[in-house]
Amino acid sequence: MISLAGRDILHSWGKFVFTGMGLGLLIGITLSMAGIYRGMVDDAKVLLDNSGADLWVVQKDTLGPYAEPSSIYDDIWRGIRGIPGVDQAANITYLTMQVSKDSGDVRVMVAGITPGGPGTPGWPPYLVAGRQITRSHYEAVADIASGLKLGERIKLRRHHYTIVGLTRRMVSSNGDPMVFIPLKDAQEEQFLKDNDAIWAQRRRTAQNPAFNRPGVPGLLDAVIASQSTNPYVNAVLVRVKKGYDPEQVAESIRRWKRLTVYTRSQMEKILVGKLIATAAKQIFMFLVILSLVSSAIVAFIIYTLTLGKIREIAVLKLIGTKNRTIIALIMQQSIALGLIGFVVGKISATLLMAPIFPKHVLLEPLDSAIGLIAVVMICVLSSIVAIRAALKVDPAEAIGG
Amino acid sequence: MSGKGIQIVGLRKRYGSGDTAVDALRKVDMHVAPGEVVGLIGPSGSGKTTLLKCLGAVIEPTAGKMILGDDVIYDDGWKVKDLRALRRDRIGFVFQAPYLIPFLDVTDNVALLPMLAGIPNAEARKRAIELFKALDVEHRAKAMPSQLSGGEQQRVAIARGLVNRPPVILADEPTAPLDSERALAVIRILNDMAKKFETAIIVVTHDEKIIPTFKRIYHIRDGVTYEEAGEGRDFE
Repeated sequence: MISLAGRDILHSWGKFVFTGMGLGLLIGITLSMAGIYRGMVDDAKVLLDNSGADLWVVQKDTLGPYAEPSSIYDDIWRGIRGIPGVDQAANITYLTMQVSKDSGDVRVMVAGITPGGPGTPGWPPYLVAGRQITRSHYEAVADIASGLKLGERIKLRRHHYTIVGLTRRMVSSNGDPMVFIPLKDAQEEQFLKDNDAIWAQRRRTAQNPAFNRPGVPGLLDAVIASQSTNPYVNAVLVRVKKGYDPEQVAESIRRWKRLTVYTRSQMEKILVGKLIATAAKQIFMFLVILSLVSSAIVAFIIYTLTLGKIREIAVLKLIGTKNRTIIALIMQQSIALGLIGFVVGKISATLLMAPIFPKHVLLEPLDSAIGLIAVVMICVLSSIVAIRAALKVDPAEAIGG
Repeated sequence: MSGKGIQIVGLRKRYGSGDTAVDALRKVDMHVAPGEVVGLIGPSGSGKTTLLKCLGAVIEPTAGKMILGDDVIYDDGWKVKDLRALRRDRIGFVFQAPYLIPFLDVTDNVALLPMLAGIPNAEARKRAIELFKALDVEHRAKAMPSQLSGGEQQRVAIARGLVNRPPVILADEPTAPLDSERALAVIRILNDMAKKFETAIIVVTHDEKIIPTFKRIYHIRDGVTYEEAGEGRDFE
């Protein structure tokens, strides 16, 4: 038996291909939306992977350091290091800010990393160019996506830094590229005010009789000194020794240090389930709307194509064609249209849309497979209206009268 | 008249019921023998199309009897379960316009019917080509319908009506869009094919050019058929 759908498509291939391309661009946008969601999840996981930590110790009852602000003393790590099962513990600060460079400015997440070397929690695990930070101050390693170049000098708040190394796929959960600087510098950038503000604060402190008491020498100096130093970090990253259960180690830290500790799976839930939850819902809604629009377009196109063949369908029915042959004709055309659209959509999403999107777009094979199945199902469902119209055609229409 | 072909006895068709009922066919009696071509003539609204639809198993008559070959297909109710199979295998149609499927080439337009009946593609195409030879359109076998002239399209449509070797062909105004020469050529082909394949052919027509060619004519008026002898003029 010849394929009626195939012959019809070949006969009017231009109409099918151009309609399929239009549909394909819509499918491409749908796939890109799914890719953006996957990219956001991937960014969140990459952030956790690259931190090199098994546990995140943060301010009690907060969802820090990524989803909420967290502030803990910078000497807590010493006590944590002594807890059984802890292999390494390192302070870390995170600060999202705008950095000026030659061609405009770029939003980055500045990470303050503790002195050490590659392998220390918080450090970039690998570089694609340059070297790691070797000095205590004013050196930085930047993600290549920031557009910063080796040797370039950038200003972060009060200080200038030289880019000494470049890394790749070191991004925040928002997809912002990261810039790594020494911890002490980061603490200053995060908490130290500008000179005018420091001067104003000193004057206000000196004018406060509670801090500037006659007969208590040294009190004012001590208060001012405490105001101009910063003993805080956002979190302590902990690596657990092999053979230890991270949850048990986390429980020990919670009990002895009275801090909140998250394991990798808990932190992943916070990032994916809370930090990007709203964005994920928005993307899901877009996916639903785009799927509905695609369904409506396919249904309309197939319905129009079927109406254009009413006379042929009447003749086919009159000469004894079974309903299932007519149903197959319409459904196969609908699926063919969907497949053309999917191929065009996949190509446009991969080659056209993903590279130019400012967000990381991750097109996973499984998503493509699900997308393909969804497209086929949408096409099958969308053809129902046209099939109903075709089955209602009276074969007597071919005779006329 | 005797023999097989198609026989219709006291066929009636009523549309609607009660006060609004319309008797489109009141008493139709016809017999067309194998190899015979008869004309069915009548003014607009006389019931020609309704009769054609009843004979084509497209609509159900209200009463009467239809015998196709040796089989009673209707006797105050359909005696055949699968009307589509009946139309496909035992009734051929030739329409006023050829109504060829535009996305199939000429061969597949004709071979589609035997394929639908379960005949292998190669055999179905062989049948089509044989008919094209008889109808002198063999050279257009690979063409698309849009590439054919009106006369060629109608000959392909006749081939489609004949390809399943049905005992009866219903031709609805088959010469309406054609000029005199081509109209007579079509009638000649129908007569040749009727004789060659032992097919009974009923030609519904208004066409004054071809009416004199029938040996027998059925007139239909207000749903009643009247038989009369035709001129049977030579159409050469």
